[in-house]
Amino acid sequence: MGKYFRHLLDLYVQQFKTTFASMVQYRASLIIWTVSAVLEPLVYIIVWSTVSNGSGGSVGGYTARGFAAYYIALMIVNQATYTWIMYEYEYRVRQGYLSFALLRPVHPIHSDIADNLSSKLITLPLVLGVAAVLALFFHPAAGLQFWAALAFIPALVLAFFVRFLIEWTLALAAFWTTRVGAINQVYFVLMLFLSGQIAPLTLFPSWLQAAAFVLPFRWMLGFPVELLLGRLSPRQALEGLGMQAVWLGLSLLLIRFVWRRGVRVYAAVGA
Amino acid sequence: MRLLRLFAVFFRVSLLNEAAYRVNFFVQLFQSLLELGTALAGLAVVFSYTSSLGGWTPDEMLALVGVFFLVGGIIALIIQPGMSALIDAVRDGTLDFTLTKPEDAQLLVSIQRVAVWSLIDLLMGLGVLAAALVRLGERIGPGQVLGFLGMLAAGSVIVYSFWLILASLSFWFVRVENLLEIFRSMYEAGRWPISLYPGWLRFALTFVVPVAFATTIPAEALTGRLGAATLLGSVAAALALFLLARLILRLGLRRYSGASA
Repeated sequence: MGKYFRHLLDLYVQQFKTTFASMVQYRASLIIWTVSAVLEPLVYIIVWSTVSNGSGGSVGGYTARGFAAYYIALMIVNQATYTWIMYEYEYRVRQGYLSFALLRPVHPIHSDIADNLSSKLITLPLVLGVAAVLALFFHPAAGLQFWAALAFIPALVLAFFVRFLIEWTLALAAFWTTRVGAINQVYFVLMLFLSGQIAPLTLFPSWLQAAAFVLPFRWMLGFPVELLLGRLSPRQALEGLGMQAVWLGLSLLLIRFVWRRGVRVYAAVGA
Repeated sequence: MRLLRLFAVFFRVSLLNEAAYRVNFFVQLFQSLLELGTALAGLAVVFSYTSSLGGWTPDEMLALVGVFFLVGGIIALIIQPGMSALIDAVRDGTLDFTLTKPEDAQLLVSIQRVAVWSLIDLLMGLGVLAAALVRLGERIGPGQVLGFLGMLAAGSVIVYSFWLILASLSFWFVRVENLLEIFRSMYEAGRWPISLYPGWLRFALTFVVPVAFATTIPAEALTGRLGAATLLGSVAAALALFLLARLILRLGLRRYSGASA
């Protein structure tokens, strides 16, 4: 067992080196990535600040500075949890590169997690820089609390794994269809409205909030943000961590089921 | 007229190519409808808390969404495919095949590739625009419609010239696709009126990357909030940028040495 984990650690270290080398090679993509990373929270902060300033200084409990804090925190949590695995898998399956990954003695998800974490580590200074500049412009305000900041750490880790597993499972749709674009877009729309991206979830009607509580999207993004900004009671925080644990379990079951069937389909195509 | 005839030919060829993959049409239709639904639902969320956004009423914002989809459709239908093809042709040295044809090089590279299904976005934009016009009703006079059409034409020429200049840079530099990628992510900011943004961003979205000319300014012309200075300025900018793009493409073509080199 100990030997297995040491091998796994080697794999993660090696993947970090590979990812680092390739990102240094493609510096221009980092610049593009930064432009869109700044632009999205910027536009949301501006639109929602305009709304809240236009309606007496506050909307749904958020002032202009509250929105600034929300979207800066959202950017950081999104950075920590997002994946690009759906695009990768389509390419891998279509071009047949998955065969190489299948030949390795470890589950292919490990090199994907390692690649994801490595890229995040490299872009982290960029994100913090962007966050600092946005903070300088928009003066975010939030009611930070010590216990909430502590609870934020497990919430963020759980959010990362739930989102990673769900998006990895979704990426496996490439085994069955070549039109994953449409599937991904449906997912992105659900994410946009139910995770708290387009607006904090408390701004939505109650039926939509109820749906967001049951579905996984809020637990992958909006929940850690609300927690960090001190907008949740201890009870709500515990409920949220519980829902994250439930979705972690469900997504692990789902991934096993879908992966086994998918690999079988893939093997059939390659034969 | 020769332009229209040639465009019709290229469009027909592209359509024949795509007709083999008819499911693509439905996939694209589905994705476009989803995108439109998302945009409208986003507006609904915002306007459930306010009756005007930075001075724009819901109906005026609807007109802006229409313009955003219409111009986005024009870009996806013809500008982006043609310019990507130009960059590829310069890199691979296959531009020779285009240059040897007895037609203006700029015209050919601009219309050589058409992404036919993007017509859906364009038509959807027109539909939204029509709905907005009906809702705005009597507030739209013939002057406004004329101003709108003029600004839409000017905005399209500006965006086309801007893309052509960026694509022509491929005669000197290798990886210009990245610049086009930046334009694409900045175009997203055009969903909202440029007037909401702080001064430096407004400046960047007008003069560095001409998103404002393509989206906000036509919508402003339609809703009658545009002065004569902006109208004339846009037309002048369109003419100037078009001539500049033509000049840069010519300089680039002079540099181009073909595949055999």
